[in-house]
Amino acid sequence: MITLEHVYWLTGLMAGGVAIVNLRDRSNPRRLNNTAFWGIYAITFLAGSYLPDIVSGFLVIGMVLVASIRGLGQGQQKATREEEAANAARWGNKLFLPALTIPVLTVLGTFGLKRIEFGGGPLVDVKQVTVISLAIATLVALAFGMFLLRPPLLAPIREARRLLDAIGWAAVLPQMLAALGALFAIAGVGGAVSGLATRWLPLGTPFAAVITYSIGMAVFTMIMGNAFAAFPVMTAGIGLPLIVQRFGGDPTIMSAIGMLSGFCGTLMTPMAANFNIVPTALLELPDENAVIKVQIPTALLLLAANILLMNFFVFPS
Amino acid sequence: MLPLIGVVVVVIGFVLRINPLLVVTVAGLTTGIASGLNFLEVVAAFGKAFITSRYVGIVWLVLPVIGLLEHAGLRERARAVISGFRAATTSRVLLVYFAVRQVTSALGLTSLGGHAQMVRPLIAPMAEAAAENRYGDIPAAIRHRIRAHSAAADNIALFFGEDIFIAIGSILLIRGFLEQNGILVEPAQLALWAIPTAICAFVIHCTRLILLERRLRADLSVAAKVEQ
Repeated sequence: MITLEHVYWLTGLMAGGVAIVNLRDRSNPRRLNNTAFWGIYAITFLAGSYLPDIVSGFLVIGMVLVASIRGLGQGQQKATREEEAANAARWGNKLFLPALTIPVLTVLGTFGLKRIEFGGGPLVDVKQVTVISLAIATLVALAFGMFLLRPPLLAPIREARRLLDAIGWAAVLPQMLAALGALFAIAGVGGAVSGLATRWLPLGTPFAAVITYSIGMAVFTMIMGNAFAAFPVMTAGIGLPLIVQRFGGDPTIMSAIGMLSGFCGTLMTPMAANFNIVPTALLELPDENAVIKVQIPTALLLLAANILLMNFFVFPS
Repeated sequence: MLPLIGVVVVVIGFVLRINPLLVVTVAGLTTGIASGLNFLEVVAAFGKAFITSRYVGIVWLVLPVIGLLEHAGLRERARAVISGFRAATTSRVLLVYFAVRQVTSALGLTSLGGHAQMVRPLIAPMAEAAAENRYGDIPAAIRHRIRAHSAAADNIALFFGEDIFIAIGSILLIRGFLEQNGILVEPAQLALWAIPTAICAFVIHCTRLILLERRLRADLSVAAKVEQ
């Protein structure tokens, strides 16, 4: 059966390749730092499931120290826009086909792979079917691209290295934040925040309870970087005892709109790095808060809309 | 109160613009120590949490093929396609992408978009090319604003589309949590009540995208005059 573990191995192989290409590139003055950073990252993917937790912990700390104190660099190889334009004229619209193969095959795989059986069991781990489909789709698209363009055999890993070094440490930040969220959960950060909220915030009227719950979802999501972490805490602390039990609100409507209020918070926080910080690196924006700044007006207006919607619909008339 | 020390570390670190990886690590270690673990236990907990969060890094698997196609001119090709449409504007490109992304997410097809596989190689170059068509060369600051809007359109359309699909993670989380508290709800009902917010998101963000085009026109005609 194909499981998440195999996809981790594949990701680890790619990161390891990136480390090796960096090691051999003398045009990057910090090549050894890059090699160490991506090399350790590769180890966490290839061997992470077998390493003792304490070893993984020190590996991660090592990566962080390399990136933050020694600093990562980039090699010189960079295609110019003219070069890309000349290539584009040569290949034409065929270039879109491998690119579109990825989303199309991922979607097909998500629905189709569940049904395929192999040796008496399912071919893939059904719980992880989307991620496994993405990995398979990427491999197919890569094979298609290689067949179409016939580049040197090592070109894909050199290109991956160019992009991954352009993204730099931001590539690892989402995973670090997910780990931080897990530590916050162990330490009971959620209970502490909802304790503060119920003690200090106005909750006497139904409308005040709705406002506190919705804004609380948004703010708490901004702190945790994830509405999924905020929802149980805010709903157990404010939503269920006040909006549902004291004021007779509908739990379905409250939860649905409450979660979406949390999503407004996701749009406004650097803690949701995969949505807000990684794209600034991918799009080569000098200001790492550029995407958040563009999203804030929509997020605030939508939060206000959520408060009004919840207040209007949640209480039976 | 003590567990909140990690939150304080994060806020201070981000405000002082210290390397976020370092900030997050220090926040994690202090949070763990504040909750009564010793140093080695905290390091182990952090390592374990990092390892179990590896699924977040799988998205980078698309980089080899995207890089290969970019080198072969994918982004230039995306620009050229848009140059063929005289009616294309930055706001229209982003409006169409927003609508498609929100509707497909609502149907559960959340993997049709994404920053590495769609926004960087296709959507951002198209939005930039539409502005170049209209206004000629555009200054870097405005180019960056257009790129940031491309990423924002992907995020907002995804967040406020996906909750309409009944099998998405957040719906299942809500259902599971309410069930633990003795309240049974139907996923279809939860999905239904995501629709009003989805409509508001569409109206609010599309209005902003239309206003974006006006601002581009104002800023870029001023810039053009200064150059003359």
